[in-house]
Amino acid sequence: MLYDLAIPAQLTAALLPDLLLMGGAMCLMLLAAWKRDSAHHQRTVGYASLGLLTAVFGTVAWMALRHDATNTGGVIAVDGFRFLVDLVVLLGAAGTIALAIEHNDRDGITQAESHVLVLFAASGMMILAAARDLMVVFLGIEIMSVAVYVLAGLDRRSPRSAEASLKYFLLGAFATGFLLYGMALIYGATGETQLNRIGNAVGSLQLAKDPMFLVGCGLLLVGLGFKVAAAPFHMWAPDVYDGAPTPITAFMAASVKAAAFAAFLRIWFEGFYFGWAGWANATWWLAVVTMVVGNVVALQQKNIKRMLAYSSIVHSGYLLVAVTAASAFASTAFTFYVLAYTLATFGAFAVVATMQPAGTTDARIADYEGLWHVRPWLATAMGVYLLALLGFPVFGGIGFFAKWYLVQAALASPSRLSALAVILVVTSVISAGYYLQVVRAMFMQPRPADAPAPPAAGVLTRTVMVVTAALILALGLFPSQLVAITKDNGFRPYPFSPALQMGLPQMDPLANK
Amino acid sequence: MLAESLALSAVLFTIGVIGVLTRRNAIILFMCVELMLNAVNLSFVALSKLYGATGQVFVVMVMTVAAAEAAVGLAIIIAIFRHRQSVDLEDINLLKG
Repeated sequence: MLYDLAIPAQLTAALLPDLLLMGGAMCLMLLAAWKRDSAHHQRTVGYASLGLLTAVFGTVAWMALRHDATNTGGVIAVDGFRFLVDLVVLLGAAGTIALAIEHNDRDGITQAESHVLVLFAASGMMILAAARDLMVVFLGIEIMSVAVYVLAGLDRRSPRSAEASLKYFLLGAFATGFLLYGMALIYGATGETQLNRIGNAVGSLQLAKDPMFLVGCGLLLVGLGFKVAAAPFHMWAPDVYDGAPTPITAFMAASVKAAAFAAFLRIWFEGFYFGWAGWANATWWLAVVTMVVGNVVALQQKNIKRMLAYSSIVHSGYLLVAVTAASAFASTAFTFYVLAYTLATFGAFAVVATMQPAGTTDARIADYEGLWHVRPWLATAMGVYLLALLGFPVFGGIGFFAKWYLVQAALASPSRLSALAVILVVTSVISAGYYLQVVRAMFMQPRPADAPAPPAAGVLTRTVMVVTAALILALGLFPSQLVAITKDNGFRPYPFSPALQMGLPQMDPLANK
Repeated sequence: MLAESLALSAVLFTIGVIGVLTRRNAIILFMCVELMLNAVNLSFVALSKLYGATGQVFVVMVMTVAAAEAAVGLAIIIAIFRHRQSVDLEDINLLKG
């Protein structure tokens, strides 16, 4: 179906999944407030939230299969890229709630509204995936962030959780200031807030060297850099990921990052495409610094949650390579990578949540020594997730291809980012140092005699682990089908410009110089 | 007037940033962030004189979101005060490494 977003009824229809999720979340908030907090009520609301997410997932999939699109401009995108990111985000939200139901039970958190906050955050993420106007990007980021600030401090009795929440809030609000100032300067330079009009203005006014536009780009980059935890704006991430309840950490590491990056990619590809010569250096260096700093610091971590936090920073660096490459293939590689990363991250945090003693947020890598001897399946699953994050062939499944396509995107980009591709590969090799350290501890070391037996995983946690591991391995065997989907539902950079008709691969942004 | 307004907005924004980077009290930090947001609002209003109403609509959005953020932010600051009897960031140091 082809939407004309100037007609209000069709605009509403184009927003159907988002409205369904928001309306449903509000009803569930009432349900959560209906009864006194109790473990039972918390579970009820959790299962109801999972049901709502399934319905929204179905709606999005249905719209994607119909190849819904819009051929006009407008503030909302209706394209395959939006639907794919929506599906990844909804998968992440479902994983979070599934893990949180059992985690809350074990840690004695009875607030039923915790699940509803995940739904609100997910609706903000879906708005981010759809946003084609700076105003909508801002609203999406705030709907997502405000809910996640609260989620980080969910465990009210834990001072660590409160501290994580405060740090996330203060730095998040600080980043919002930069983001907004960037948007104001872009508005000042182009006179527009809609991305396709900004794109046209940047092209026709030759803004690639305009100081106001470039400062605006830079401030936007700082703001988004904070949100996706790219070095040197990553300082909050390890502390916040460490202090927050583990299912929420998974949500922040995977889904928040995926959604923020989706908006990042759309702003840069649709709005700033013709300014490539101006901003490419900035994203290039941001990618390199993020990859190097994240990997080097991750090597020294003793706490597995902090190690995974630095690993998530590193993955921001890899995704920045796709932003810098700025091509249609880069967006395909991006969606593929985000899916692979979300699956592996949720799997890994499901294992961390299981291994954590109840009521603590401390998780040492030393606790995993000899896990193979007491819980072989748990150890195997963790091995798959870590190898997927590392990008190991065969055993890492989809992770290897995700990284392979990113390297290809960098090499095939019009500007030939060979150096960036080389740094990506070298830093991936360094990352083996900390991923394989955990694998070695699990499989090759004896279980210490005084180590307590790890608690059994609940049904939902086990489901999350099995589903993510199975998808990682299965999609690793048949990656070409998934690539075909990501390509068909592809998001083309700058779809409303002459660049599309000319064919993007031939189009070299550097040639404009 | 446009240049003066934009310059004032830049100065206010910088004061806000310096405040966030140098002060250690969570409430004052939060006030500095609000100063940054309002500096941006000034830019938007000034620019909308040039480009039409879009900038003013943006300002209304920013104010609404800032209010929501303040509600959540102050609640978080109260939560941390209950744990530590202080909102000084020097005292908030459980998460490190």
